[in-house]
Amino acid sequence: MDEKKLAIIATKGSLDWAYPPFILASTAAALGYETQIFFTFYGLQLLKKKLALEVTPLGNPGMPMPMGMDKWFPVLGMTLPGMQGMVTSMMKQKMKSKGVASIEELRELCIEAEVKLIACQMTVDLFDMDRAVFIDGIEYAGAAAFFEFAGDSDICLYI
Amino acid sequence: MADFDQELDASGLNCPLPILRAKKTLSGMDAGQILHIIATDPGSVKDFEAFSKQTGNELLESKEEGGKFHFLIKKT
Repeated sequence: MDEKKLAIIATKGSLDWAYPPFILASTAAALGYETQIFFTFYGLQLLKKKLALEVTPLGNPGMPMPMGMDKWFPVLGMTLPGMQGMVTSMMKQKMKSKGVASIEELRELCIEAEVKLIACQMTVDLFDMDRAVFIDGIEYAGAAAFFEFAGDSDICLYI
Repeated sequence: MADFDQELDASGLNCPLPILRAKKTLSGMDAGQILHIIATDPGSVKDFEAFSKQTGNELLESKEEGGKFHFLIKKT
């Protein structure tokens, strides 16, 4: 039987949205899938050597907040300086206490499992990003290269 | 609990870490050897069933004991 293939497009650069691509890719690799993730636009934040991912409840009414903060501290309160950092550190603490892996750890597990990580060259140019900020061992390519793999994939996800 | 060759304590770890650790441990084992996994993540019950089906490694036993989940997986 041929190896199954999973192709993922990661487009988001926040802490919460960093999880699905890395969880699914690392798990798929453990199940024997050949896996690629194509990082485009804000998704490129997930490939930086030094991750500075944050999470915000702004524009996200579905985000559970501790102590009912969303009720007594409505939207405008969340726009105050420092609030995003605070919410981010609370989220990280929560994850740690629940035994949820960090993004750094999941990314490392993906690399160990030979998940291929591809950065969208167009986005790198668009945002004048320096390749030196990204981790080593990734590839730089475009949409056509993604389709070469995705066209043969069994599962293709846009995240 | 039957005999096993190696043990992996994944207590306190959440999805997908128990599966990933198990996969890593199994890859360092010989075919026919048995891995005993201990986990606290309730999702791991279904996940190890699915892992076994998809990787071909046989799930010999799956049970809850003392608030923890125990799995025996035989490497194929």
